[in-house]
Amino acid sequence: MTDLQQRDARSAVSVRGLQKRYGELVAVRGVDFEVAPGETFGFLGPNGAGKSTTIGMLCTLVEPTGGTALVAGHDVVTERGEVRRNIGLVFQDTTLDLYLTAEQNLRFHAELYGVPRGLIGDRMHQVLDMVGLWERRASRVNTFSGGMKRRLEIARGLLHSPRVLFLDEPTVGLDPQTRASIWAYIHELRQQEDITIFLTTHYMDEAEHCDRIAIIDEGAIVVLDSPEALKASVGKDRVQIRTADDAQAIGQLRDSFGVDAAVHEGAVTFAVTAGEQFVPRLFAELSVPIESVHVSRPSLDDVFLTYTGRTIRDAEISSSDRFRASPFAAAARR
Amino acid sequence: MTTRTSDSVAAPARAAVVEIRLPEGGAAQDVRAVKVVWQREMIRFSQDRIRILTALVQPILYVFVLGTGLSSLTRGSTGDVSLRTFIFPGVLALSVLFTAMFSAVSIVWDREFGFLREMLVAPVPRSAIILGKCLGGATVAAIQGLIVLALAGLVEVPYSPVMLATLAVEMLLLGFTITAFGLVVAARIKQMQAMMGLMQMILMPLMFLSGILYPLVGLPRWLNILVHLNPITYAVHPLRQAVFEHVHASPLALAHLNPPLTWWGWTVPTLVQLAVVAVTGMIFLWIAVLEFDRAD
Repeated sequence: MTDLQQRDARSAVSVRGLQKRYGELVAVRGVDFEVAPGETFGFLGPNGAGKSTTIGMLCTLVEPTGGTALVAGHDVVTERGEVRRNIGLVFQDTTLDLYLTAEQNLRFHAELYGVPRGLIGDRMHQVLDMVGLWERRASRVNTFSGGMKRRLEIARGLLHSPRVLFLDEPTVGLDPQTRASIWAYIHELRQQEDITIFLTTHYMDEAEHCDRIAIIDEGAIVVLDSPEALKASVGKDRVQIRTADDAQAIGQLRDSFGVDAAVHEGAVTFAVTAGEQFVPRLFAELSVPIESVHVSRPSLDDVFLTYTGRTIRDAEISSSDRFRASPFAAAARR
Repeated sequence: MTTRTSDSVAAPARAAVVEIRLPEGGAAQDVRAVKVVWQREMIRFSQDRIRILTALVQPILYVFVLGTGLSSLTRGSTGDVSLRTFIFPGVLALSVLFTAMFSAVSIVWDREFGFLREMLVAPVPRSAIILGKCLGGATVAAIQGLIVLALAGLVEVPYSPVMLATLAVEMLLLGFTITAFGLVVAARIKQMQAMMGLMQMILMPLMFLSGILYPLVGLPRWLNILVHLNPITYAVHPLRQAVFEHVHASPLALAHLNPPLTWWGWTVPTLVQLAVVAVTGMIFLWIAVLEFDRAD
């Protein structure tokens, strides 16, 4: 067994030294990562960081200039057809035929992907139910809202039971409420289907939905871990408690727990690692009655700042003149 | 789940997940892909009633306005055949030309609105997509031609079943070749506006150099060469031939208005003419596939 084949047995996506350059410009500088089956894996980074180029290479739309990638056990360069059969795709921009009905769009996809005829009806019903569009199946897509179109695209991406579903910025351009509803559907989907999800986002809060996140900046992976671990690596949680006797609480915290506390915003405030695990100990051992507790985690914004030295907002501004064009758009144009 | 928007519907009781196992690709799968791309063209065409009607305006203008207006000039030279009857088969070709080109151009829309990507990322060969598109364009063009053909009675052309069938096949063939040609052009064009301009620039010369509007008699050498180099000529001549075989007029006048097409004195048979159109279409189809294959 070759090294490549051994990798595929374990991973839904397996990437080694993957690189893409456009002339002088290096869009992706040799990234490595593995995505386990059933995992929801996120690429977090500013626009132009190389997220879409990476997803383009994994989907066989962009040819890598270096390294290898296996998706569902198939090489994205030499086994393009096999890869395509095993993946579902939801692009940043809509790829629906707006003049067809929801059902006609799905039927087109089913035929194109060779879904066995006898199963098309049931499967279509199922995916439309999952995204709450069954009742609207006979409506033309140009009557749909932005959120409904995105949901229909997710349903279509799932229609042929792919092993890996790629979502490129699944909620970009949607209002916050619709974004939340898209995530609700994605969570439901994870429960219903045995599927690996690979997504990109530049929204910090959305990365929280992933099992693991790779933070990507200027074409390279800066750090890769679970959101929890990433935040833990950044620093301690902030705990604020309101007590009957603040001075005594501060004294006890120093003596019994070795924690320096001070009063901020009218509450006893201190920083500890794993704040949620610390709180039960606090209740058990502190003799001063506690009136309220508030634990706050470092945010992914803090994580991005720590690892890249800038906020994601700063990064978006500086990268805008570096590399903007989506490789999908480029691929379809050429 | 409280954040779902109002346009959503609560998920009903869950059925068992229908697991799809896609079969290995193969010829049967490719045929399915060709068919569904073709079907989409049919659906889109049937939805566009306005396009079907507006596409009738141009032929009517050519046959009834131009054909009537110019007939005072040509009365002496067309014998007992009216200019309208002469122009009619040319106008059939014209309808096919414009409709097929318009179908090919729709791939630029597909690209602009993203749907092309849905087709290009599917696990089917590009050739299946392009072939489906071509057959779709050909069918739509032939249907449009048949709609124009409904006017035959008004220009002294009888509704003979043999003629109608012959014309249908010939129009299908011409439509195929034009769509393939249009796809070659469209492969590199990203914007609809640019495509529209380019189309006008290409269609007009093709139309004027094909014998659609005049018989290939006594042409100056340069024009004669250009007309013989234009593949559309080899579709227009058989169309006119098929119509003239069923028109009641003096054989002499008809022969004068549709003289045999010759290559260095050799009369090119109708089947060879149609073969020229078919082979041209296949070459364009092949180039179009290569062009769209470069897209990734």
